[in-house]
Amino acid sequence: MQIHYNTETARLTVQLDGEIDHHSSNALRAEVDAAIYAHLPQELVLDFRNVSFMDSSGIGLIMGRYKIMQPLGGQIILRDPAPHISRVLRLAGMERLAAIRNEPVKEAVK
Amino acid sequence: MKILNEFRCSFPADSANEALARAAVSAFLIPADPTAQELADLRTVISEAVTNAIVHGYRETPGEVGIVLRMLPERTIYIRVADKGCGISDIPKAMEPLYTSAPEEDRAGLGFAIMQTFTDTLHVRSAPGKGTVLTMRRRLGNDHAEEA
Repeated sequence: MQIHYNTETARLTVQLDGEIDHHSSNALRAEVDAAIYAHLPQELVLDFRNVSFMDSSGIGLIMGRYKIMQPLGGQIILRDPAPHISRVLRLAGMERLAAIRNEPVKEAVK
Repeated sequence: MKILNEFRCSFPADSANEALARAAVSAFLIPADPTAQELADLRTVISEAVTNAIVHGYRETPGEVGIVLRMLPERTIYIRVADKGCGISDIPKAMEPLYTSAPEEDRAGLGFAIMQTFTDTLHVRSAPGKGTVLTMRRRLGNDHAEEA
């Protein structure tokens, strides 16, 4: 996982990778939360392009981060989930809490 | 019903073994030539069931999780996940979407909803203090694409 903060846009980008399950989500949560509290971003981008699997533990991860971002007035963007991950996101109604975007953003490639 | 193939295993209720259970499902299903979506669905289903056993059944204390995978006629997959944990006192409540007994851990409460959506049948047998047995079936070739 890589975390990048852009001070100009106040955007915190988290490049997730591998499999997100109950086992991996505890460590992920701690790292993401530490970065959120360090930067207080306006936008939290969770980049799923390198995520090969996600179950409802990933939904819990997003819901928990939503609760943290709400009082900051910030929004969450879920970027580039694979079709089977989009399916879990839709089933959980995540589009109500976050924007799901499937276009690659150049900033992530820099 | 005739059992065409069967795989059984049990492992400690350690969260590292959630990936092991998914790998077992993948390996067992490959000869049945599932679609990418069917494989992803059933990997998600077993992950939810095993996570439930670890998080809710044993409440992250030591225990044993048993899984049985069967290939039945007409490309039907049978999945059984059993624990000898605390059991579920109110099964309908536990199956309500967004209900979780562990909200402090960021659990979404969607495990049962996902298992129900991604399988054709789901049965829950549970007794407080004795444990929980989930049995699920999914016929390959049944289209679940519009349900999620």
